[in-house]
Amino acid sequence: MLKDSDRIFTNLYGRHDWHLKGAKKRGDWDKTKSLMAKGQQWIIDEVALSCLRGRGGAGFPTGRKWCFLPKDDGVTPRYLVINADESEPGTCKDRDILRHEPQKLVEGALLAGFAIGSNTGYIYIRGEFHREAEHLETAIAEAYEAGLLGKNAAGSGWDFNLYVHRGAGAYICGEETALLESLEGRKGFPRLKPPFPAVVGLYGCPTIVNNVETIAVVPTILRRGGAWFAGIGTPDNTGPRIFCISGHVNAPCNVEEASGIPLKELIEEHAGGVRGGWNNLLAVIPGGSSVPLIPAEVCGKVLMDTPSLACFNSSLGTGAVIVMDKSTDIVRAIARLSKFYMHESCGQCTPCREGTGWMWRMLIRLADGIGTIEDIDRLEDVTYEIEGHTICGLGDAAAWPVQGLIRHFRPELERRIRARKAA
Amino acid sequence: MPKLLIDEQEIEVPEGMTVLQAAEMLGIEIPVFCYHPKLSIAGNCRMCLVEMDKSPKPIASCAMPANEGMVIRTQTPMVKKARQGVLEFLLINHPLDCPICDQGGECDLQDITMAYGGDTSRFNLNKRAVPDKEFGPLIETAMNRCIQCTRCIRFATEIAGVPELGATGRGEDMEIGTYVQKTITSELSGNLIDICPVGALTSKPYNFRGRPWELSSTPSVDVLDAVGCSIRIDTRGRDVMRILPRANDEVNENWISDKTRFACDGLKYQRLDRPYVRGEDGRLKPVGWDEAFDVIVDRLQHIPGNHVAAIVGDMVDAEAMIALKDLMTAMGSPHIDCRQDGVLIGTGPRCSYLFNTTIAGVERADFCLLIGTNPRWEAPLINTRIRKNYLFTGLPVALIGPFHEQGYPVDHLGNDPLILEKIRNGRHPISAALKAAKHPMMILGVGGRVFICVKYLILIRRPATRGGG
Repeated sequence: MLKDSDRIFTNLYGRHDWHLKGAKKRGDWDKTKSLMAKGQQWIIDEVALSCLRGRGGAGFPTGRKWCFLPKDDGVTPRYLVINADESEPGTCKDRDILRHEPQKLVEGALLAGFAIGSNTGYIYIRGEFHREAEHLETAIAEAYEAGLLGKNAAGSGWDFNLYVHRGAGAYICGEETALLESLEGRKGFPRLKPPFPAVVGLYGCPTIVNNVETIAVVPTILRRGGAWFAGIGTPDNTGPRIFCISGHVNAPCNVEEASGIPLKELIEEHAGGVRGGWNNLLAVIPGGSSVPLIPAEVCGKVLMDTPSLACFNSSLGTGAVIVMDKSTDIVRAIARLSKFYMHESCGQCTPCREGTGWMWRMLIRLADGIGTIEDIDRLEDVTYEIEGHTICGLGDAAAWPVQGLIRHFRPELERRIRARKAA
Repeated sequence: MPKLLIDEQEIEVPEGMTVLQAAEMLGIEIPVFCYHPKLSIAGNCRMCLVEMDKSPKPIASCAMPANEGMVIRTQTPMVKKARQGVLEFLLINHPLDCPICDQGGECDLQDITMAYGGDTSRFNLNKRAVPDKEFGPLIETAMNRCIQCTRCIRFATEIAGVPELGATGRGEDMEIGTYVQKTITSELSGNLIDICPVGALTSKPYNFRGRPWELSSTPSVDVLDAVGCSIRIDTRGRDVMRILPRANDEVNENWISDKTRFACDGLKYQRLDRPYVRGEDGRLKPVGWDEAFDVIVDRLQHIPGNHVAAIVGDMVDAEAMIALKDLMTAMGSPHIDCRQDGVLIGTGPRCSYLFNTTIAGVERADFCLLIGTNPRWEAPLINTRIRKNYLFTGLPVALIGPFHEQGYPVDHLGNDPLILEKIRNGRHPISAALKAAKHPMMILGVGGRVFICVKYLILIRRPATRGGG
């Protein structure tokens, strides 16, 4: 269990003032100038020491990402882009940060921007986040007014401008290169990698794209030290992180907890337990809709960290825990996710464009028991033909939930087919 | 120069080449749909996936730069599976049109499916239907067949300079079209038919007229404009069925203009194939050759030879022209001409009427002055070169004469030939730029030949005789 003194987002639930005045009371913007005076390399080293992994889902070590930037030639600008296009079903952590802790993000943007040598930052916020964008814009305006952004930001001698860009409601624009395309004013099609955004990013310049939560924890890491952050959680997943617990629990919530907490403890302690008791649990999707589900018998022993979940062919993703009890029609639930990915596929590359629709159509038939046992094998084969063959990760994200379903609930699929045949 | 290993064969390639190009140099075939050597890389068809050591996923070879020490395999089970998967996905929504599709027999999807595809389809659901688009009188569409490779979009945007094509909708609802229905306004639109790897875009005039295996091809050179594109004439029996480009990087790259491509229509339809004589009522009526010659003899007999003049059209063959010239000489008439627009050709060294820059050399020019010409209409493939140079280097282009949209910014200096005098005297704003340019280039069009008097022709000729490009 995370100690209260180790919490980073002390206003996660919005019980206090989210404006600059209230944020300062909670310790934001405290001696930011002196943190920056320690130099860019010190900030990068401290973040690397903290072993902070990106909170957007892929979990790439942030310190290492920042090191990928090419040497500063003094001519090419660099950009910091913050991905606030949180659209993964089940995930709602960035929304609360934007609503209640916007100053943490703004301060983090300045520190991260300074560390990577960028004078300009963009926050790409999901179009549906209307109130959140208002809060964010207010927070940025307050920061400008207080001299914390703009020329000589926070008295540090570093110029930093921060802009908010509102998306138009496409899930794919949360993929970092599609986000850059969208930010440049084009259709949100993911780019081919390599080159990676750190080398060729926004407007062809070196760009670092980070998730909201990743950037928002940077100021606290710098104040309390990378070692403090690395001391929380497990060696592979350090620090506190926000888990979003939704679905069939008694008290769905967002909660800041140590990475690597046992899943059962997370659900029982913070979300009031599974509806109808632990024994009523059917399955859990542990990291947002795109990771494979894990069945109830695994949920009791798994830790919320990467290696532990990998043992059961799943992953930590965004840390959004979707709990499903025994009343769930698991096939329809996964079919619904499949429909989401079909709808959000951008259509650029073949496997995802053609495959996501095929998967969904097969799944809705299987949900009614229409088809044959071979259809299950065919469906599984199709998921492996999509996975790893696409330009961006959406193909993988569409394939994994279906693979999880077949891996753990194949008997249920077969039962439906046989029952329909018998009827 | 990175060195890499492809299928156990080592190859050293120039910096910036892709894995696909390196494999091509080794003669290793990698199937592709969206990749085209003259277009930007899209990497979206995923057909060219190959296995790379130290990469858990297969990589798109068309987009992956060849790096030192790479180990690539193109014949592993993983690659085979990936190719079969992609083909299966492309085919699930591709109609079984092959027997009635004009692309049949020269279709990339057919060929690649035969070579790399699986044996049967496992798709037992309904296929997607896409409404056909109307692209004008030259291009027939069958959008059900489209595999969204985006080659047409990239061609229109990058080469033709008309960003009129695009994709609307997303996911499996993505459709290629002109956003709002309209005719494609490019002089190069026929090339869309060639680059479409399937039968989604086919030739409307040639629709259902022939099959590729019935045709015999003859390499030739186009005569419909001064570019002289390398073409291939496809014939069936004694009929010319269609004209296609031959790749020639010195002249037309992979493209030809619509005039070149579709003019063969005129060989069969509405062709002047018999003599006509104007009757008493003022109307032309078809007659036999004997009768026609009688009329000619009858008329010419009563006129002194040097009162007769002869003019020939642009499309007349050399034998007929010589026959006419012999006739005129025999009659004692010196009045012969082959120009119908009165252009001033003048006499002088050969370089004064040649395109000295060379067509490929247009890409090296660092200043371009157009005089009385509209290259977009007169020589579309010269225009693509100018545009290409503009896209890569920002080539400044100035124009004297009537203004037309060219697909790149043109500095219109005016309609007055006296501007040339000003430029020469250094009293014009562009004089300095022209002087500073290392590879300046001037194109004197037919329009210029008409409105410029001999004096200015000499001005223009001077750099040419100096060997300037």
